[in-house]
Amino acid sequence: MRLKRPSIPYIIWMVVFTMIPIVLILFSAFTDRHGNFTTASFVKAFGYFDVFLKSLWIAFISTLICLILAYPIGYIMSRQKKSVQNTLTMVIMIPMWMNFLLRIYAWVTLLQNGGPIDTMLSFLGIHTTLIGNQGAVILGMVYEYLPFMVLPLYSVMAKIDNGLIEAAEDLGSGRLTVMRKVVFPLSVPGIVSGITMVFVPSASTFLVAQYLGGVDDIMIGDVIDRIFWSDNNTGSAIALVLMAAILVFLIILNFFGDEEAIA
Amino acid sequence: MKKLSKLYTALIIVFMYMPIVTLILFSFNNGKTTVWKGFTLRWYTDLFRDSQIISSLWNTLLVAFLASIFATILGTMAAIGINNFKGKKKIFIQNASNIEILTPDIVTGVALMLMFTMLGTAFHFKMGFVTVLLSHITFCTPYVVLNVLPRIRHMDYSVYEAALDLGCNPWQAFRKVVIHELMPGMLSGFLMSFTFSMDDFVITYFTRGSAFQTLSIQIYSMTHQRISPKINALSALLFAAILILMLIVNIKDRKAEKQQAQRV
Repeated sequence: MRLKRPSIPYIIWMVVFTMIPIVLILFSAFTDRHGNFTTASFVKAFGYFDVFLKSLWIAFISTLICLILAYPIGYIMSRQKKSVQNTLTMVIMIPMWMNFLLRIYAWVTLLQNGGPIDTMLSFLGIHTTLIGNQGAVILGMVYEYLPFMVLPLYSVMAKIDNGLIEAAEDLGSGRLTVMRKVVFPLSVPGIVSGITMVFVPSASTFLVAQYLGGVDDIMIGDVIDRIFWSDNNTGSAIALVLMAAILVFLIILNFFGDEEAIA
Repeated sequence: MKKLSKLYTALIIVFMYMPIVTLILFSFNNGKTTVWKGFTLRWYTDLFRDSQIISSLWNTLLVAFLASIFATILGTMAAIGINNFKGKKKIFIQNASNIEILTPDIVTGVALMLMFTMLGTAFHFKMGFVTVLLSHITFCTPYVVLNVLPRIRHMDYSVYEAALDLGCNPWQAFRKVVIHELMPGMLSGFLMSFTFSMDDFVITYFTRGSAFQTLSIQIYSMTHQRISPKINALSALLFAAILILMLIVNIKDRKAEKQQAQRV
């Protein structure tokens, strides 16, 4: 029964469908159309440096807003009766099962000129364009990934014993001190996985900016999409840089998480 | 709940559901814009007459079903095997499996496209149903491994040995003990795979070739060109389906919990 053999098909599968494609990306990034070695693709990729930075910035802001919005809701959920917890978890998860494009499209409907929110605002005498700017992109991103922040935070905080919080209160801690010294340190693993689950997809997303942003608001994912079809090599180089950046981010984040957990 | 907590929870729920509710409302609007022009069901009848949408719905379900079945088998076998590796080898295989989860979808998508295009020119095939299915199995399987591994770790091998001693042949013992023990993990792996596969746009977009349509792709081409109220009707129906499914699952869970509570 203690066999290793059953894992062989999956190991082969991973090599063929995960490792080889990544190696191909690597190969394609460092060669030209005819397969000769060159770093020209990276030079071209460097031309999109500002888009790259903007994507990371938008992802960072979106992650931060998700964290700020999700932390209280995760905590509130974790302090309810078990049945209320289950219901709230379901309520948070249901929108996640709606198709990703439909959720973005819903915001296009809401925010467009002459749409419901615009009409309401102009009724109040406020005339602005709600769509086609960076704010709308961030809003879409937050909407898209908020549940991915709420759920890990909630599941970590649900494990915090109420007795621990009560003990801290009995020993004279105010509500803020309890938050800072009991709840926060115990919730760090949830914060780390929440940040991972929001930052990685939002830094690499494409289409959100095409739907909600203006002409200048393209993100690095959109650039990869636009370029890859005609120029595999530059597309691969950008994809590679994106992957490397995310990897570095994850390593730093994990390091940070471990430190906190030990302290 | 305290008042402030209640208010905050309500605000978050409004934020999460307002866009969906808006789409559903406008799916009954007798006009193409977001100005209310009276009640109609014509977008729904239009939707059901659209053979392209119906066929892409079947494609989506077919891919999701096959990919999650295959991923569940492949992932469960992998988890059983991985558990028997020791030390660094075990960690290495697990990390390799997690690479797929941590790689951004768009990178997975273009990488697979690159490989399929090369293989396609070498062996004269075009991307389509098969390449989409292979890609979906690839991104679903790691989630099955993640769901099954913890259950194997907590499994008691002596039960398996006991089954053998009591006269089961190895296959019977495997089916009745191991599969039985792993079932909850396999099931959640399967469900995760199914939903991820259904919801996927990015990886399908890069590996589908030119002819194969899934619902996500269909939605993309419909929303990219112009605003069509048919999309609203489709959203409303999908949302209703999800809601019903979730309610069934939840009610079943609660019954099971109650039964367990009674047994204890």
